[in-house]
Amino acid sequence: MEKSIEVHNLTVSYHSKPVLWDVDFELPKGKIIGIVGPNGSGKTTMLKTVMGLMKPDSGYTEIFGQPLDKVRERVSYVPQRESVDWDFPADVMDVVLMGRYRKNNLFKRITKEDRRIATEALEKVNLLEFADRQISQLSGGQQQRVFIARSLAQQADIYLMDEPFVGVDAATEDAILKLLRDMKNEGKTVVIVHHDLQTANEYFDWIVLLNTRLVAAGPKEQVFTKELLQEAYGGRLTVLSKLGDLISDTEFPLREPDFKEDQPQG
Amino acid sequence: MTPTLAIALTAIFTAISCAVLGAFLVLRKMTMVGDAISHAVLPGIAIAYLLSQSRSSLPMFLGAALVGVFATVVIEILSKKWKVQSDASIGMTFTTLFALGVVLITYWSDKVDLDQECVLYGEIAFVPFNTWTLAGQSMGPIALWSSGILLLLVLIYTFTGYKGLLMSSFNEDYAAVLGIGVGAWNLSLMSMVSVATVISFESVGAILVVALLVAPAASAYLISQKLKPMILLAALFGLSGSLLGYMISAQLDISIAGGIATMLGVQFALILTITQFSRTS
Ligand SMILES: Nc1ncnc2c1ncn2[C@@H]1O[C@H](COP(=O)(O)OP(=O)(O)OP(=O)(O)O)[C@@H](O)[C@H]1O
Ligand SMILES: [Mg+2]
Repeated sequence: MEKSIEVHNLTVSYHSKPVLWDVDFELPKGKIIGIVGPNGSGKTTMLKTVMGLMKPDSGYTEIFGQPLDKVRERVSYVPQRESVDWDFPADVMDVVLMGRYRKNNLFKRITKEDRRIATEALEKVNLLEFADRQISQLSGGQQQRVFIARSLAQQADIYLMDEPFVGVDAATEDAILKLLRDMKNEGKTVVIVHHDLQTANEYFDWIVLLNTRLVAAGPKEQVFTKELLQEAYGGRLTVLSKLGDLISDTEFPLREPDFKEDQPQG
Repeated sequence: MTPTLAIALTAIFTAISCAVLGAFLVLRKMTMVGDAISHAVLPGIAIAYLLSQSRSSLPMFLGAALVGVFATVVIEILSKKWKVQSDASIGMTFTTLFALGVVLITYWSDKVDLDQECVLYGEIAFVPFNTWTLAGQSMGPIALWSSGILLLLVLIYTFTGYKGLLMSSFNEDYAAVLGIGVGAWNLSLMSMVSVATVISFESVGAILVVALLVAPAASAYLISQKLKPMILLAALFGLSGSLLGYMISAQLDISIAGGIATMLGVQFALILTITQFSRTS
């Protein structure tokens, strides 16, 4: 298995209270991967640590077999939508163009090529007509797509997204999902923090089940089982009983053609 | 150059410089840090004044600006590392440093001729009388030169640093992931604010510098949809407020700094009223 992200013996805490405890897993390349777990299970923290925004107490993470600093340009981050102030005086194009900013072009002007790439990214998320609109005048779903367009404009190889489906209507969710599948078909790796168990099984090829500790990581057929979900979600059986049908149902509606080729981890 | 022109130009240069930097403080929700810096530089000014015995010397500017940067670093450490609430960190740091400045000035009152009045309210009316000479030639008021150089510095900084400032103001985490040193941008902005504060201090004093930093930028924020227009508008409001304020204070024979700050406030109230009105109608 070619590896995209490796997490080794990772412990991360806030105010010396660990929120990730000795987490260890490896993720494959070219898949759509979900990081799933209940509220407060450390999903966002996991993403932030992989992105170098939080320092672990112990353990380390690597991307494409290298420390983040060596591969920054190949890594793109889509933060949670609420993490920025959408009243900021900028239009959609301004934000998408930020995907073209690099350490080594920060003092240079934005080029025609940058604009072309940003326009293309806006086209992909179907927001081209909003290019000149101020970002505060967008709906939540449109704001989310602006963030995805910015990330696309970065032309990275791996994309890490924190809850990209939150506050997005069904049609947009489908459109984003289609985009993610296109990216996967181009060989890109997409890692998504997701809290909706109902759709997790359908969306992802590979799942990391988290609850402070790692519950399981692997191809979804191995991870999305009643036992493991119960372990991750503890006693919250009301949620799980609703899922009973989903799990026992072997006919996944959106089964991928390469479904069978997924090798178990390790 | 007439004294009137010298005062007006000094006020305008100072106001535009502060307004442009203030735009980024407003966007980062850090205007109170600007306030903190403007007070915290006082001990730096007192010490530098004691050492150099002149108010407008380069070492004094640099020394005082350094204290301003020191204050922002202390605020960062208190709030981020030691988890003191961020408003409490700001409040503690600047009151303590400002108090230290007051203590120093009164303690050295025989050696440091800085009276509290001018510390608090500036003395822009005296700008024309404090001149410097180069090779026997009179070069005009020092404050005019320093505020002119400040404006030039601020413009260069904003033009070259535009992308970095935009990115780190809008989305710090994203900038950090791209390897763009967020801390360095923050520190550079705070250093610029410190320098601007020290230079403006002379003209408008500790209390009103913050009006120059905040009011034009906050006014521009109300009616701007993009960053560049916001910066331009902030500069424009700085210009109009300082010019109007100066003219009114000359008419009424009142404190110039007070007149300017009042006009900046009036401008803000006016724009706020207009935007509120147009929103509801
Ligand atoms: N800034 C912070 N300071 C202190 N504790 C925090 C902070 N951010 C998160 N935590 C705690 O760390 C734990 C993990 O948080 P994290 O945001 O990683 O969870 P999550 O899985 O993303 O949850 P959610 O599904 O609600 O987004 C939680 O218990 C949370 O209370
Ligand atoms: Mg989260």
